[in-house]
Amino acid sequence: MPLPLFSPAEDPGPDFKALLRRTGLAVPTTPLPGASTTGPRDPLGSATGQSPSTFMHGTTVVALRFAGGIVMAGDRRATEGYSIAHRAMEKVFPGDRWSAVAIAGVAGPAVEMVRLFQVQLEHYEKVEGLSLSLEGKANQLAQMVREHLPMAMQGLAVVPLFAGYDHRRQTGRIFTYDVTGGHYEETDFQATGSGGRDARTTIKLGYREGLSRDEAIDLAIEALFEAADEDAGTGGPDLVRGIYPLVAVVDADGYVQLEDSDVAARFESLIARKRKERPGGMSSGGELR
Amino acid sequence: MTVPFYVAPEQVMKDRAEYAQKGIARGRSLVATIYRDGVLIVADNPSRSLHKISEIYDRIAFAGVGKYNEYDQLRVAGVRHADTKGYAFSREDVDARSLANLYAQHLGNVFTHEMKPLEVEILVAELAAVPGNDQLYHIAYEGTITDEERFAVLGGEAEPIAERMEQAWRSDWSLGEALRAAVAALAGPDRTLGPSHLEVAFLSRENGRRAFRRLTEAELVTLLEEQPTDGRQDGAGQDAASGGAEAAPGSSGTGSASSSGASGRGTAR
Repeated sequence: MPLPLFSPAEDPGPDFKALLRRTGLAVPTTPLPGASTTGPRDPLGSATGQSPSTFMHGTTVVALRFAGGIVMAGDRRATEGYSIAHRAMEKVFPGDRWSAVAIAGVAGPAVEMVRLFQVQLEHYEKVEGLSLSLEGKANQLAQMVREHLPMAMQGLAVVPLFAGYDHRRQTGRIFTYDVTGGHYEETDFQATGSGGRDARTTIKLGYREGLSRDEAIDLAIEALFEAADEDAGTGGPDLVRGIYPLVAVVDADGYVQLEDSDVAARFESLIARKRKERPGGMSSGGELR
Repeated sequence: MTVPFYVAPEQVMKDRAEYAQKGIARGRSLVATIYRDGVLIVADNPSRSLHKISEIYDRIAFAGVGKYNEYDQLRVAGVRHADTKGYAFSREDVDARSLANLYAQHLGNVFTHEMKPLEVEILVAELAAVPGNDQLYHIAYEGTITDEERFAVLGGEAEPIAERMEQAWRSDWSLGEALRAAVAALAGPDRTLGPSHLEVAFLSRENGRRAFRRLTEAELVTLLEEQPTDGRQDGAGQDAASGGAEAAPGSSGTGSASSSGASGRGTAR
């Protein structure tokens, strides 16, 4: 690899994608030849679970705001049609030190988008000497989703969820996206993926302004539990293998991913509470399998 | 028809070297040294925003002296090289040695082929996973690359500063000790450098994935005022130190060769 030096007129600036294009390393996002014969599918299909695709796709991710930041959580299941492709898939990633990004949609392009996004944020920070604003980061991700639209029209949709801590406003902020790259700021919480609706309802019922960090984490965990209960594409806690949903917190101190043992303990207390609420339910089919 | 005057290639190189040295000597100097947990870089720099020291990648730092726009362009090229390489391959495949070689080739090319040589001296430092393997690559304006074992001094006044560092240097010293010695070496006997005139950054094994961090002015004040501790506590590092000392004379030889070369360069290589 040569030393990438450019004349001032051709300099890509702090834009890593432009740099990739200049150095010939960019991945083309044009539609696949021949794929159009199947016709465009429901672009949200893989994200909402409407049309089971043969591509692997991720499922329920949630984000909610608490007093000092945001909590983001995602289940670990990846499905391929009606079978399970991965049990320990990661869908929640750090964007950089102060932000988190979660993905729903087709796994391959989604993970690649996150990787490019992470490099882009760090690249900007190093070249410019300062970090992008949270709004700037959200915009960057929107551009990536928009560039991905041709693929999304072929059924390979990627729908991220972005949240982070805004140092200027001293608060957590959440952004949602659609396949066209439209992005909208949420006031309190959001969930996407095939189980997003159930997760959102759970959070809606338990949410109030000024939740503490612990309360917010527990609410996110309950939302994932309920989503897994209702949606085939969403995995619940896997007690046998010890695989638990990923939970991340971003506050003024930065991005932290919760320890598995912590998440496991929270699930255990949630399950214990649910059992207590219906003591007679066990023998009559309410058993947790 | 005009016939160009003949100028001996030796003279051309000598003139260019002199030109570059003069440019570099106008700027302030910089010291990088290996300490217990990584690499410390200290620059004499009154500016808060125009940095001499910066992050290239997870474990790689860059420092430059001389003309700001020229070494800053090299810094950005380094960030771009490292980020594209890490993106195309893997994060662990990005190393300082290949980047230092690229810099050396570029500087060498500019020195021999362009009208004006770059008036910069740069340093590429890499933090190793274990102590003892940290690397410092010192690249001069004409592309000479030196692999320093203990410390590197960049800038016009390299020689007296290197001598002061030589006397103060101890293997396995702490961040505070290394910092105070580097600041004293940079300042010399006749002046003192306060925190507002220093730019300090370090690569540390304690810092996680991105090992690079700048010291804030408040941290600098605390570290500079700290009482020097007795050096005897470093007994554990003595074995590694004597091992390093075997190699040290050779390395200090190349180090002084490069700095003496910078002050009175006859040949360009």
